[in-house]
Amino acid sequence: MSATTDDRPELRVRDREVLLSVTDLYVHYGNIAAVKGVTLAVGTGEIVTLIGSNGAGKSTTLRTISGLIRPRRGDVVYRGSSIAALPGHRIVAAGICHSPEGRRIFPRMTVRENLDLGAYLRRDAAGVTADLDRVLDLFPRLKERIDQKAGTLSGGEQQMLAVGRALMGDPTLLLLDEPSMGLAPVLVDLIFDTIRTIRDQGTTVLLVEQNALAALRVADYAYVLESGTLKLEGPARDLAKDEEVTRAYLGG
Amino acid sequence: MATTAAPATDTRVKNGDGTGRGGGDGAGVRRRHRLGDRIWPLGFALAAVLVFVLYQWILPQAPAGVSDFFQTWLPMSTINQCVIWATMAVGLNVVVGYAGLLDLGYVAFWAIGGYVAGWLMSGFFGQWQINFFGHPAPGQESGIHLSFWLVLPLAGLFCALWGVIIGAPTLRLKSDYLALVTLGFGEIIPEVFKNGENINGFNLSNGVKGITPLDPISTGPFAYLGVPEELGPFDETWKFVIYVLIATFAVFVSLRIREGRLGRAWLAIREDELAASMMGVPLMRTKLAAYAVGAFIGGIGGVAYASAVGGVAAEDFAFSSSIILLAMVVLGGMGNVWGVMLGALVLQWINSNGLAKAGEAINQAVGKDLNFPSYNFLVFGAILILMMLFRREGLLPETRTRQVLREPDRGGAEPADAELEGERR
Repeated sequence: MSATTDDRPELRVRDREVLLSVTDLYVHYGNIAAVKGVTLAVGTGEIVTLIGSNGAGKSTTLRTISGLIRPRRGDVVYRGSSIAALPGHRIVAAGICHSPEGRRIFPRMTVRENLDLGAYLRRDAAGVTADLDRVLDLFPRLKERIDQKAGTLSGGEQQMLAVGRALMGDPTLLLLDEPSMGLAPVLVDLIFDTIRTIRDQGTTVLLVEQNALAALRVADYAYVLESGTLKLEGPARDLAKDEEVTRAYLGG
Repeated sequence: MATTAAPATDTRVKNGDGTGRGGGDGAGVRRRHRLGDRIWPLGFALAAVLVFVLYQWILPQAPAGVSDFFQTWLPMSTINQCVIWATMAVGLNVVVGYAGLLDLGYVAFWAIGGYVAGWLMSGFFGQWQINFFGHPAPGQESGIHLSFWLVLPLAGLFCALWGVIIGAPTLRLKSDYLALVTLGFGEIIPEVFKNGENINGFNLSNGVKGITPLDPISTGPFAYLGVPEELGPFDETWKFVIYVLIATFAVFVSLRIREGRLGRAWLAIREDELAASMMGVPLMRTKLAAYAVGAFIGGIGGVAYASAVGGVAAEDFAFSSSIILLAMVVLGGMGNVWGVMLGALVLQWINSNGLAKAGEAINQAVGKDLNFPSYNFLVFGAILILMMLFRREGLLPETRTRQVLREPDRGGAEPADAELEGERR
């Protein structure tokens, strides 16, 4: 699990150290294949986005990375070792935190209790306190509502809470699943600005989005998924100009 | 128990106006919480002391009319049953109320606990003669005779072990399937005891005859303070003290665990299992812990029950007992220990005494001859339906539940979530 500074080509991606790589991943729900041979890599310090339409297998890929689903074939390698067979809590402990699709905050707990649960596996009380401050700085709205039941927050606030809760696990790699879902445009901008800030503070981000335009604006590199396979990949700036992508996903 | 009811209504009335509000009154929520924290333990202790003083010292001196009234409506044996059932309900609440795992076979742990008491506190295993601070009846020295105080933790641990054995393969199941498996487990264990008089020549449970009588409870050093040296079948008032102590232990343990890390993990699993696992909560281990703690409390409750009725018999452990316990948890307010206690005390009183005596009174008044106790499930069913219609959160709901049932979930109400369902499976 040591982060090597090896110069072998397979350990480098886009001039960065590979933090996470997924190779030839196949994931099935029963007999239905949701992901069919996806290969991707995330370099340290990048924002990588996985875009595609509904049902393309984006969320499934993310859930496989965080250990919620077992792949049928293929491997997930994080900092040089395979995590495909690890249980979810070991993956969180290794530094991969997941902010799930549909937010899935704990509605009957307060904002503070939700954030505390994000730090469930951590034993460094001082670090947790520091991260709580950091999250509340990122999302001042949560500070105002800290003792409120999370179920009473607005959709945007719940999304902030979902992201903040994942950050409380002190992730090296943050997995974000559809953070813009159901949010007003103003809030989408706010969330994506924050994602950039999070990256600038040193956390690598793998972002799954249906809102391809917003995702490409913030990301460094993008993979386009369609029906469980990789359709396209490239630097986000190039893909945003790509005709095919524009037509299919950006409504152009 | 009437004394506990008074503060209950007080708090609820005070809460009444605060609950309808939005989440803005955080300070109010906290103050209410602290008030509830103090009132219930104090009320419980006070009620216990009052009951003890009343039955031990006042009633024997009271005029015949008064003591007859209490003998009829609230005899000591009924109070003891209520307290023991409340202990069990608090144990089941750990599994159902805290961790959100529906358990329809909780009676199995009760049975195991009862039989551990039967094995270790009677002359049943006549082939051995072991006495460790036990109090065998004169002439019954053969068999295993351990002290009641030792049997309690042993039975608890044995049940916890069984909880883990049963839980390990089944807890991977989703809620409905888990409920079915626990239902089967609750049926199998009593059947094993019912038919266990000859397992390859070994008598495990004495079959339908059950194991009886049990050794009396030794009181050790307290004998010097005027407590009888050993508590047999007729020392019900003193046994009440012991059962209250056991119930207090169950309440204390579940409240302490709830406030800690494990309790938060249970809560998270109950709220959203998938999200909890994303936070790094190890699902299996955490659920097994809930099972083990619940089973431990069920086990000590089983020992208490066996000592109260003076033996164990397989037919005491019917499926209906699991359901009654579940009804107690739901009626009282899932997740709130004090609510569950209250629910258990009320339901068990109806079950063991109240309905029969009320029936007699009604029969006398109208000149009919209806067998009211045989309608107890009708009454329970009616109570549950009324509760679901008018007070879904239970008599004394958990603060969290109360708020969510009264306040709409704003985030969830947004249309975006409709789309979510499509991709989830």
